[in-house]
Amino acid sequence: MSHAATHDHHDDHHGAPKSFFQRWCMSTNHKDIGTLYLVFALTMFFIGGSFAMVIRAELFKPGLQLVQPYFFNQMTTLHALVMIFGAIMPAFVGLGNWMIPLMVGAPDMALPRMNNLSFWIMPFAFVLLLSTLFLPGGGPAGGWTMYPPLSLQSSSLAYVVFAVHLMGISSIMGAINIIATILNMRAPGMDLLKMPVFVWSWLITAFLLIAVMPVLAGAVTMLLTDKYFGTNFFNPGGGGDPVLYQHIFWFFGHPEVYIMILPAFGIISEVIPTFARKPIFGYKAMVFAIASIAFLSFIVWAHHMFAVGLPMGAEIFFMYATMLIAVPTGVKVFNWVSTMWGGSMTFETPMLFAIAFVILFTIGGFSGLMLALVPADFQYHDTYFVVAHFHYVLVTGALFAIISATYYWLPKWCGHMYSEFWGKMHFWNSVIWVNVLFFPQHFLGLAGMPRRIPDYNVAFANFNMISSIGGFLFGASQLIFLGVLIHAIWFSKNKATDRVWEGAKGLEWTVPSPAPFHTFDVPPVIRDEDLAHGHVND
Amino acid sequence: MTSGSIRRSFTAAATLAAALFGSAASADPSPYQLNMQPGGSTWSHVPYELNNWSFGVCVVIGVLVFGAMFIAMFRFRKSRGAVAEKWSHNTKLEIVWTTIPVIILITLAYFATGGITSWADTTGSQMTVKVTGYQWKWRYDYVDYLGKPISKVGFMSKLDTQSDQTRQLGSGMDPYAVKSGNENTYLLDVDKPLIVPVDTKIRFVITGADVIHSWWVPALGWKLDAIPGIVNAAWTNIKEPGIYRGQCAELCGQDHGFMPIVVVAKSKPDFAKWLADEQAKANPPAAAPAPAAASTAAAPKTAQTAPVADKPSTAKQG
Repeated sequence: MSHAATHDHHDDHHGAPKSFFQRWCMSTNHKDIGTLYLVFALTMFFIGGSFAMVIRAELFKPGLQLVQPYFFNQMTTLHALVMIFGAIMPAFVGLGNWMIPLMVGAPDMALPRMNNLSFWIMPFAFVLLLSTLFLPGGGPAGGWTMYPPLSLQSSSLAYVVFAVHLMGISSIMGAINIIATILNMRAPGMDLLKMPVFVWSWLITAFLLIAVMPVLAGAVTMLLTDKYFGTNFFNPGGGGDPVLYQHIFWFFGHPEVYIMILPAFGIISEVIPTFARKPIFGYKAMVFAIASIAFLSFIVWAHHMFAVGLPMGAEIFFMYATMLIAVPTGVKVFNWVSTMWGGSMTFETPMLFAIAFVILFTIGGFSGLMLALVPADFQYHDTYFVVAHFHYVLVTGALFAIISATYYWLPKWCGHMYSEFWGKMHFWNSVIWVNVLFFPQHFLGLAGMPRRIPDYNVAFANFNMISSIGGFLFGASQLIFLGVLIHAIWFSKNKATDRVWEGAKGLEWTVPSPAPFHTFDVPPVIRDEDLAHGHVND
Repeated sequence: MTSGSIRRSFTAAATLAAALFGSAASADPSPYQLNMQPGGSTWSHVPYELNNWSFGVCVVIGVLVFGAMFIAMFRFRKSRGAVAEKWSHNTKLEIVWTTIPVIILITLAYFATGGITSWADTTGSQMTVKVTGYQWKWRYDYVDYLGKPISKVGFMSKLDTQSDQTRQLGSGMDPYAVKSGNENTYLLDVDKPLIVPVDTKIRFVITGADVIHSWWVPALGWKLDAIPGIVNAAWTNIKEPGIYRGQCAELCGQDHGFMPIVVVAKSKPDFAKWLADEQAKANPPAAAPAPAAASTAAAPKTAQTAPVADKPSTAKQG
């Protein structure tokens, strides 16, 4: 297994192939593929972000100033698809690729060639998706949820469906690889209940991916045959049911939401103990909470559909099930706070992002609880309140966790420290402007502004302008992030130590910085005190 | 439980919230409006009060959790010489913070369940209006009133001309100039509003003709999707005469943002008079109700006709 890599490796530091094509396109190395995923995700983050800038610019004041409504709808649709499937998910897969083998003491991923394939599918999927912008008829404009019958009116449907198929194949292969790695490749002595919480969160996430990506593939395939092959799954004119699509889509969609947040929980559970210099509070409770959230994610999908006219019993069931999620999520938040309590804290950039995550993700959780209450949801549904809610959990939740992880592990990846000053500049700008951007959207939704509209009544003007200003500055702040990364990778003279952070524990900190091309060719000897959580009984 | 008991138990919080956020008694959105409006129907206080209560609960929990966090960040910093402790467990504490949220959730769920039950009960309605969503306008058909069927009273309702001209890209017209009386009605006015009586339990049967729309007037307290092939039912009982505005709330194509809803509630005698006039106009010489959709420029749209328009349908209870 450890010889799956095809090249020789007599010299750990220079085991990588010299030719660019050989190294990056033919790679079977988990670190290089992890880097590819992360670079891809960052690129998509800026592309999806530029779509968001178009949206916020058009919404800057009432009246249409910049784009036609149909193009506006393309922007909202593509912003979501690119950010979800192109930025957040590949970033987590990249982090998993880089860190899981290092964290469990494995020489590489279990299936290195499949790892290469699962990455290289992604660029093609997104070329297919984004090329629709340049085709007659334009890109998809029916929302990322692709509800029929509206999505069947789109001339780019086939492109989107095939792109989704490719992303799904890539995700499933990635998930299989992660499960196989975690279950088979752990170093002797790395028991399941000694694994870092990040590894646990990815193990559970990978099962969610395998369970739901085929469901999405099925749903979009039915759209395809409805449009081009005369079937009537969702076409009421032929006896189909548009609501059936929504059930299938959200049976995928809700676990998908947790696919985008569970690895974030894992990251935060690594970062906070490191900078609090204190073991994670309630390790088993943390793992169990992730598992219960994953289970509950399969029985709450119809809370996205409270306004479609479900039977009363269904609304009540899905409301109760949804509210239950607050319990394990609350346990996680309480445990993070308890981890900090009694610690010895320092506030480097990864910790700042992790703390912002805990507060702002919890605010997103609060609005989630409010949205779960069916009568209140009759008002909130499809308004800016929902937009504010899911951006709090996805931007200040998932994205902040990814940024935190990047600062946390970057010295291990590139061997140099990033600039702490500019990291903190990035943090404070991000955390201020992201709130200016999204907090007023709660008010807009409560006042009655529907989502996905390109223009609005003048009563909504003030908060939209504030939100847009926050949006532009939050977008601009991410250029600082890019600068910090470029500086750290190519220009920083500040060598990173192996351990990097004083309080860091876990196998990834026992290898040199930068991590050599091949690590753990010989399984490491696991000593419990090296691990973030080595005490089985806790 | 009845909506009355919800009202009683929520009164205190509602008063508090009104004091905090300023009165949002107007049915139209207002600049810098911070909270949901209490609405103008007999049911609309339910979401409003649930919103205020659940928000209050979140604020209290937030203050406690974030407060503890900030205390920790202040007290347990290395720069103040804090030395990390070793514990990572406290079973008692863990039981407490699992149990308390469960109790809070059960309480909220209890009130919310009462709200759903009262919302879903469309029995005993005195009037029925059929609402059909089109790309991008609404159609209203009056089905019955006080037990008597109404024939041929129905019309299309689309964005008013002034808003429609102003909203064109590069129109050079000022959205602030679109007014009806004192209020700005940009994108919130229609050529022909839905006229209904007050103090009447009105049952809406809602469907879509082409794609999915969602019929939402915030003052009535709910929205409900207008789905082709399905007829949804909901009810309202408006307390005061007035103009209640809303918008389509489900993405339905390029002009999704430009299909507002206006409900004009009249006193019962005024409504009876209006209805009699409409019936007189409609019935002897059958008028053609469908106006041309002049403003809706061609979208990438495959023609889909209304498959359900006049079929007998099974309305859902909720």
